Amino acid sequence: MSLATELDALTRIAGVRGALIVSPDDGLVIEESLMEGIDGRAVAALVASLAGRMRGLTLALDHPPPVLLHLEAAAGGILAAFAPSGLLVIAVTTAGVNAGQVRLELLDAAERAA
Amino acid sequence: MVFLPLAEALRRRGQLEAALTVAEQGTARFPDMAGAWDLVARIRSDRGEGDLAFDAWTTVLRLDPEHPGAYKGLAFLSYRAGEHARSLRYLQRAVELTPEDGDLRGALARVREAAGARYEPGYSRPAPDPQRVLEAEPGLALLLDREGRPLAGGILAAGGQDASARVAAVLAGITREAERAVRLLGLGPWRRLAIEGGPAHFELRTPTIDSVLLVARPSDVPAGRLVLLADRAATAARRWLEELR
Repeated sequence: MSLATELDALTRIAGVRGALIVSPDDGLVIEESLMEGIDGRAVAALVASLAGRMRGLTLALDHPPPVLLHLEAAAGGILAAFAPSGLLVIAVTTAGVNAGQVRLELLDAAERAA
Repeated sequence: MVFLPLAEALRRRGQLEAALTVAEQGTARFPDMAGAWDLVARIRSDRGEGDLAFDAWTTVLRLDPEHPGAYKGLAFLSYRAGEHARSLRYLQRAVELTPEDGDLRGALARVREAAGARYEPGYSRPAPDPQRVLEAEPGLALLLDREGRPLAGGILAAGGQDASARVAAVLAGITREAERAVRLLGLGPWRRLAIEGGPAHFELRTPTIDSVLLVARPSDVPAGRLVLLADRAATAARRWLEELR
């Protein structure tokens, strides 16, 4: 399955405004499928930075790296799964999305994004 | 911004359901507008939904830390709940922000009287025990300020050693970073940041605009329960910080 197909599976979920695959070290977009008006490069940079901080948190606790982060806001959220390859798979959602379904799809996509 | 006067007019006419629908559509469309959240809070308060009104006014202060209406609203909610000392603190802040408001100064005098507040030179009330604020179980919750200085609680590393200072340093500035991300996407103020890890899961909250709370639990604790625990700890932390101030 191609990276674009992985993202299509995510964006088909109601309430998902877009999805990206990002290189966390430099915040570069590798693949994206976004609704109009979302700046993929800026999202990638900001989420990569946040994800780096979360890796720092688990490192400070001598824990293995995190698997998923979910930033929830009043009108939506950002979910990001850490792929074993080191890539980040990100979904931008509206409020009221089925976060459980997005979480599962993200983890699946991250597993395959080797 | 037609929704603001429309919802306000509906509220004044007592059509609270319709007013709330209009106001919430406004916050969905303009999630960074403090005035829209203030309106939602006032409608919630009129409906007797104190907790939801409290949340909405707290959101207002995260967007605009000097919003006098939010302090006024929080003072009213506290007074209604019989927490006169807390009401007094909110009102004092509202008066500081709008010293020209005579009605507010009058309300402050009345609440002062109700609270039995009297200036006692040289007396300051002892702050409550910080450990009581967070968790009975040590090492699972850490409260810090925005600059990464621990305020209460503590967090243990996998080996059982105290990792509070290291974790606090990592989390310094996390609030600003999360705010930048949600602002970019027009998602309004952020409420929680959850991290799923290997042996443990984490929840981050901002009990007040200038503090961050990290709550950790082993990964076998259900995610929904961790959310509730973090909410409870955040409420306790907020109260404790207000007491300290």
